[in-house]
Amino acid sequence: MTHNSSNPHPRVSLRNISKRFPGVLANDQVNLDISPGEIHALLGENGAGKSTLMKMIYGVMMPDEGRIAWDGLPVEIKEPAAARKLGIGMVFQHFSLFETLTVAENIALCLDAHEARDMTALSARIRDVSLKYSMALEPDRLVHTLSIGERQRVEIVRCLIQDIRLLILDEPTSVLTPQEVEGLFATLRQLAAEGCSILFISHKLNEVKALCHNATILRGGRVTGQCVPGNETAQGIARMMVGDDTPVTATHERTRGGEEYLKICNLSLTSRDPFGTSLKDINLGVRAGEIVGIAGVAGNGQEELLAALSGETLETHREAIRLPHGYIAHMYPGERRNEGLAFVPEERLGRGAVPDMSLEENGLLTAAGAGLVKNGWVNWRKTREFAEQIVSQFNVKCAGIHAPAKSLSGGNLQKFIMGREILQTPTLLIASHPTWGVDIGAAVAIHKELIKLRNSGAAILLVSEDLDELFEITDRICALCHGRLSPVADTASVSLQQVGSWMAGHFDVDEDVQGG
Amino acid sequence: MLVNVERRAQGSRTMAYMSPVLAMVLTLFTGALLFWIQEQNPLQGLYTFFILPVADLYGLSELGVKAAPILLCAAGLAVCFRANVWNIGAEGQLLMGALFGSWVALQFLESTSGWAMPLVLLSGALGGMCWAAIPAILKNHFNTNEILTTIMLNYVALNLLLFGVHGPLKDPDGFNFPESALFSEATTLPVLIEGYRLHLGALLALLAVVAVWVVLSRTFIGFQIRVLGMDSSAAHYAGFREKKLVLLVLLFCGAMAGLAGVSEVTGPIGQLVPTVSPGYGYSAIIVAFLGRLHPVGIVLASLLMALVYMGSEMGQIQMGLPLALGGLFQGVLLFYLLACDFLIMYRIRWQGFASNVATNEA
Amino acid sequence: MDIDLITNILFAMVRTGTPLLLVAMGELICEKSGVLNLGQEGMMLMGAMAGFAVAFVSGDLWFGVLAGILTGMLMSLLFGFLALNLNANQVASGLALTIFGAGLSAYLGGDFVGKPLTGMEAWVIPGLSSIPLIGKALFAQDPLVYLSFVMFGVVFFFVYHSRPGLILKAVGEAPESAVAVGLSVIRVRYLAVLFGGAMAGLGGAYLSLAYTPLWSDNMTAGRGWIALALVVFASWRVGRLLLGAYLFGAASIMHLVMQGLGVSVSSNLLATLPYLATIVVLVLLSSNQARIKLFAPMSLGKPFHKTQ
Repeated sequence: MTHNSSNPHPRVSLRNISKRFPGVLANDQVNLDISPGEIHALLGENGAGKSTLMKMIYGVMMPDEGRIAWDGLPVEIKEPAAARKLGIGMVFQHFSLFETLTVAENIALCLDAHEARDMTALSARIRDVSLKYSMALEPDRLVHTLSIGERQRVEIVRCLIQDIRLLILDEPTSVLTPQEVEGLFATLRQLAAEGCSILFISHKLNEVKALCHNATILRGGRVTGQCVPGNETAQGIARMMVGDDTPVTATHERTRGGEEYLKICNLSLTSRDPFGTSLKDINLGVRAGEIVGIAGVAGNGQEELLAALSGETLETHREAIRLPHGYIAHMYPGERRNEGLAFVPEERLGRGAVPDMSLEENGLLTAAGAGLVKNGWVNWRKTREFAEQIVSQFNVKCAGIHAPAKSLSGGNLQKFIMGREILQTPTLLIASHPTWGVDIGAAVAIHKELIKLRNSGAAILLVSEDLDELFEITDRICALCHGRLSPVADTASVSLQQVGSWMAGHFDVDEDVQGG
Repeated sequence: MLVNVERRAQGSRTMAYMSPVLAMVLTLFTGALLFWIQEQNPLQGLYTFFILPVADLYGLSELGVKAAPILLCAAGLAVCFRANVWNIGAEGQLLMGALFGSWVALQFLESTSGWAMPLVLLSGALGGMCWAAIPAILKNHFNTNEILTTIMLNYVALNLLLFGVHGPLKDPDGFNFPESALFSEATTLPVLIEGYRLHLGALLALLAVVAVWVVLSRTFIGFQIRVLGMDSSAAHYAGFREKKLVLLVLLFCGAMAGLAGVSEVTGPIGQLVPTVSPGYGYSAIIVAFLGRLHPVGIVLASLLMALVYMGSEMGQIQMGLPLALGGLFQGVLLFYLLACDFLIMYRIRWQGFASNVATNEA
Repeated sequence: MDIDLITNILFAMVRTGTPLLLVAMGELICEKSGVLNLGQEGMMLMGAMAGFAVAFVSGDLWFGVLAGILTGMLMSLLFGFLALNLNANQVASGLALTIFGAGLSAYLGGDFVGKPLTGMEAWVIPGLSSIPLIGKALFAQDPLVYLSFVMFGVVFFFVYHSRPGLILKAVGEAPESAVAVGLSVIRVRYLAVLFGGAMAGLGGAYLSLAYTPLWSDNMTAGRGWIALALVVFASWRVGRLLLGAYLFGAASIMHLVMQGLGVSVSSNLLATLPYLATIVVLVLLSSNQARIKLFAPMSLGKPFHKTQ
């Protein structure tokens, strides 16, 4: 540990910080100290109050109660500009970048007017900084033409270009390949060695163990534990985050599946979205009774592939998608559902469910074919029963089936959507990132349901950015990069590094691991 | 701070229904203020505006006459707005209904056939549908913004109507006035009560409202329309056919507005004139919002809007107030409504000086 | 057609296009900040009414111009309060502004209908104005037309070459990101809305003080809406506004062209041309969705909640 001790005070010190939103106490008497040169992890489940705490340090919002001290002196951080003046920088999970502006313009917006007047000098500075921390950047590129990993570099360089003394990173590794994560960690260690403090928010416990000196654990807005991650097991830390005896992991048997059920053949698709990714010549088979996983960093064609499979896009050639009893690429989503397909989209609120509609009505959303509609008339009694069945069978915590979808927590809404799709007994389920932002308990429950559905003989295609999830429950795995699909391998026999290099687009190495 | 604004965790149902009432009350106060500024007795002004027009049975029946076209348009608009299709073109669709209907009615000047009337009504509805089909097709196939196309088509429809009454549809014996000939008995809409002007159109309007209510709450197509309006990505995900729904709601609104137009010319007016509508199609937009896109709500709101029309006429006759006061009231009402809707999502807490205590307890 | 007629048509085209250009520049700035204000028609009407009334009473046209601008700004504040402070639906708020503006201008302007006023006179620039064909169109116009040229330059520089312009674009594209980097979204949007109001008021005043020096109810005849379409036509790029405004100006003076060609068509049918042209242009420009997505401000029309 490189603790710069010219100043005996911590770089930042939070005392009894509380923040209240209508109906919820997001932070309750939180204390936190970070020393110069320390890499400190902030851990906790979704809704534990991590984001709120960071936003208060960065001046996006103000605490209701409590004090913040900076190098031992009390400060009030009223806005991000004030935070930046102190030397605080933040890398957001959903980047705070402007896509139609250039890299240099994006960085200029963060600086004071006089610093940004000379754009050529600024570009030179950007090149210097990005070189020093080995994060190559081209200042004149438009941000929307950059990959996700490159965009993160813009965010980081934007912080480093000022005199940085505390860098906050919110879930920075969820958008990176394993190799890119290594690169990022090297940069962060270099920064820490120079005396910069780092606050690292993550839920990936192995990464926290590898990188962080200390960790603070939040649960329900309160600090519930502190530890040195290197001395704990991942399981032990997870237990501190969850708090009760909810199962935090489960092991599942792998299978080889039966007959090939879904066949994707030379699927190519030109994206109509100027910011989208076109699909190039995708081939993949999914057997009945197996889970095939597609790894990849977001924005590499996942959305386009899922839209083509669900029927939301009908621009592929007719033979591109086949089930045992015929081609389906020309069919609308409703027709595909009648063929036994089910979909769980990534956006659960605002796609998988209508936020302002009740659970009852949201049950009807995709289940009209399950006898809830007759001759164009809705059978509301059956619709109610269907919703009640989902709620009870999938253990959805809600205020009743008349509660609007938006009143549910992410995990419970996901269980509801998953239940709605599974109760229609699909023969093929396509799920996108089903456990992002879901608490650990719900994630375990959702994985169990997927395995159960697989064991009942359904084919499952799982698209996810979370490699841990894919390695936990899939039987075979591949990766998507720049709209192209890597070889497919048995999950049991493939290494994390291998999948990582597929995610980065290196498909040629190790052809022989391809599973059959 | 004495006032504290808080975002509610969920929209308030009570406020959703109270906000139109609150907006009306505020509009009345504003009205009283306006009368006072004009050196009129505010109470007498409000009385002349809102009570005198409906003080007798004839007045009440006239209220129905004025409300009928507004309600027909609003029923159609409510369906469009539910689907998040911003049809501002009810006015143009109404005018085209009047124009089409009049053209057909003029073919029956000598006829006594019982088929004439249904045919005229149908052609009016068809006229409105054709006019509404244009923005639907343009939106579906060329991705054009329906707000702008429907507005433009309103102006085009008005000019076509003017062209009609100045040209091909002008009464040859009409001393060169820009009016058509008076329609024959066979193409005049029957009145509901002898001696009053209240006509079949009012009944059609009520029927339309009931139909809208049944379709939206009981049928799957109604469910699809609501989903599309609330969350179009969910509609795509569920596989609802957006283009079909857009066409459907616009055609329905066109039919209703067209019916409103043809009912006006074959009902209270009796011939095609340049001033078929004093802006019923625009008022219907306010009615749809004020009535919360709910059938009962739009019936009440259309009666109110009809009263504003009658009141401004009464105010002009009795007190010499400008006729434009009616239009001003409509605008003010919509403003207040949008402002009051803030209370659906936000709560205002009045706090004394002991505000700290209050927050600590909350 | 002889050369005089073409010269006159070009002259009329610029005159007719000027109010559209003024209003559309204001709306473009407003939309760049992510705010869709459909109240242009209402603000124009109020600007026209106030401009005429003040000029008539004071006897000074420039007071009228100033009154038009200020009235437009006041009207836009109403919209700003609803859409920015109360988070009301922007489409509904804009419509309300138009309905309100039409009602209020008819109410307040009732006494001025049919009153005479000597309109703004042309400043003929000696020499330049006698350039064949374009001389009259560019150098023999009234001062407000020249002002529109100047404003065009100002807006162009502002959007493409200034830091505030960069901030404006950033706010319109990603308001959440803008907050995260410490920009004040609401303040930027208010300023943009106010500028839109000022330009709409100016455009209205141009109509009632220079173009046709009189006041009558609804005298803008949909020009505010056409200006909105013009912004789509321009794909949110300043340079194209100029082209679009004068093209629409040309569509509005087709009766002059027809006269020149000796063709007689019903004036009512000719009056539909600018509106039909607007629809045609919208069809041509909107069909390429990718393009719209590339150029339209990404947060356009979406309300922005500062909390959480």
